[in-house]
Amino acid sequence: MQSLIELLNNGKVLVSDGAWGTFLHKRGLLPGECPELWNVTHRNDVFEIAKSYVNAGADLILTNSFGGSPTKLSHYGLEKRTFELNEAAATISREAAGYGKLVLGSIGPTGAILMMGDISEETLFEGFKIQAEALAKGGADAICIETMTAIDEACIAVEAVKSVCNLEIVCTFTFDKMHNGSYKTMMGVSPTEMVKAVKDAGASIIGANCGNGFQNMIEIVKEIRIVDKHTPILIHANAGKPIFENGITQFPETPEMMAANVDELINCGANIIGGCCGTTPNHIKALAEKIENRNA
Amino acid sequence: MNEIIESIGLCIEKGKVNKASSYPIDMQGKDGADEITKSALIQNIGPDEILKTCNDAMQRIGEKFGRNEVFVPELLMAAKAMTTVMEHLKPFFQAGSIKTKGKFIIGTVAGDLHNIGKNLVSMVVEGNGWEVIDLGVDVKKEKFIKAIEENPNSFVGLSALLTTTMENMANTVKEIKAEYPSITVIVGGAPLSAESAKKMGADAYAANPQEAVLFLNEKIAS
Repeated sequence: MQSLIELLNNGKVLVSDGAWGTFLHKRGLLPGECPELWNVTHRNDVFEIAKSYVNAGADLILTNSFGGSPTKLSHYGLEKRTFELNEAAATISREAAGYGKLVLGSIGPTGAILMMGDISEETLFEGFKIQAEALAKGGADAICIETMTAIDEACIAVEAVKSVCNLEIVCTFTFDKMHNGSYKTMMGVSPTEMVKAVKDAGASIIGANCGNGFQNMIEIVKEIRIVDKHTPILIHANAGKPIFENGITQFPETPEMMAANVDELINCGANIIGGCCGTTPNHIKALAEKIENRNA
Repeated sequence: MNEIIESIGLCIEKGKVNKASSYPIDMQGKDGADEITKSALIQNIGPDEILKTCNDAMQRIGEKFGRNEVFVPELLMAAKAMTTVMEHLKPFFQAGSIKTKGKFIIGTVAGDLHNIGKNLVSMVVEGNGWEVIDLGVDVKKEKFIKAIEENPNSFVGLSALLTTTMENMANTVKEIKAEYPSITVIVGGAPLSAESAKKMGADAYAANPQEAVLFLNEKIAS
């Protein structure tokens, strides 16, 4: 099977998956419950989410391990089960993906801020290391360090992954639009600053996810392409900004609306496209159909 | 005297906690908020004056944050410097010689474990001269109600980061308003908007910590 980079080198645009968190809640995960624990307690539900994205036409799917760092798991007293829960996450997605589709092991931020002394660099590194080792053992084909906001944490995560496996590393940040129209993470990092830092650390694919719908993502891709013409870019966009209406949270962007922006996103330089909060298999299906036509 | 007061303000605005702190780089090796406050009190500078300069400095950094001129790290470090000063001022608060503006109860709603946004608001509001009662993360409705019961005339702030916990936020607002119709509730967090806040029945939406401060200050002025 070809690796992620090899597939991209064929010149094709790849389709990634959509939201997991909002999907898990739809299947009964209660607010305050640990999503990663479901990899062992509700294996079938997690499998079905993964499978639904494969069936929708995704070329690659992620794993239910976004909050699988020991720091995050410790909120639920589950830090000792870090390896087990991450390995299970990768095993489930591997099984759902089948031959020919890739699994990206998801690693999210810990929520601890290094410069505030919330956590030491060593503890952070060790935690990401366990996660990466377990995801690799469970069958991940690449690692996706996602929704980072701080350069230091992202780079430590990249280094930790490199120290335990040879898998290709994707690293994405979450940017917000500033009053002056530029983009920065909440820690003050611009797309331009991200590119240099995470590439130097060893990521071979970069990108942005969450926080923005397609329109903003187009602007972010443009900014990245000014400083970096070649590194593949992964984009996971939200289905717009959520609206609280009639007692429930709704996302405004329909699959059709998302698909309508795909061409522009690709023309600007995105290479892997998927969804984040509020996106469903229907969104991914709409993206996949559009991208398939284009690749053909 | 003015000079020492000014340097306390500067330490807060720049996030210079104490001499040992390596942040910010351009103030390394210099005295920080800790040392300067100590010597200010020894020189009999009024704690009310020190508090005022702190409040002003926190307001300046809060405004810069609202204008995207500084980001979370700068604001957190400023708040950390502010907390150091507050430690020295504690005895004066206890003795009643200086007073807070009022009480602000804050927490991240049930099911949500994110604390960064909540902490930022908590620190900026405290830095502006309010007493903050921080209930932490994953705070159930009942806990908010109990805190209001114990602290009458307080104001309440609810935080959420997850799109999936916005519904819990709405329920919490509803519950608080049912029990205490006159209590003012402010909401904030990444998935929120003024429109969503209104639909939840909250009194205000704060897009950043400074907006929360401005709203609270207006409330007590009116």
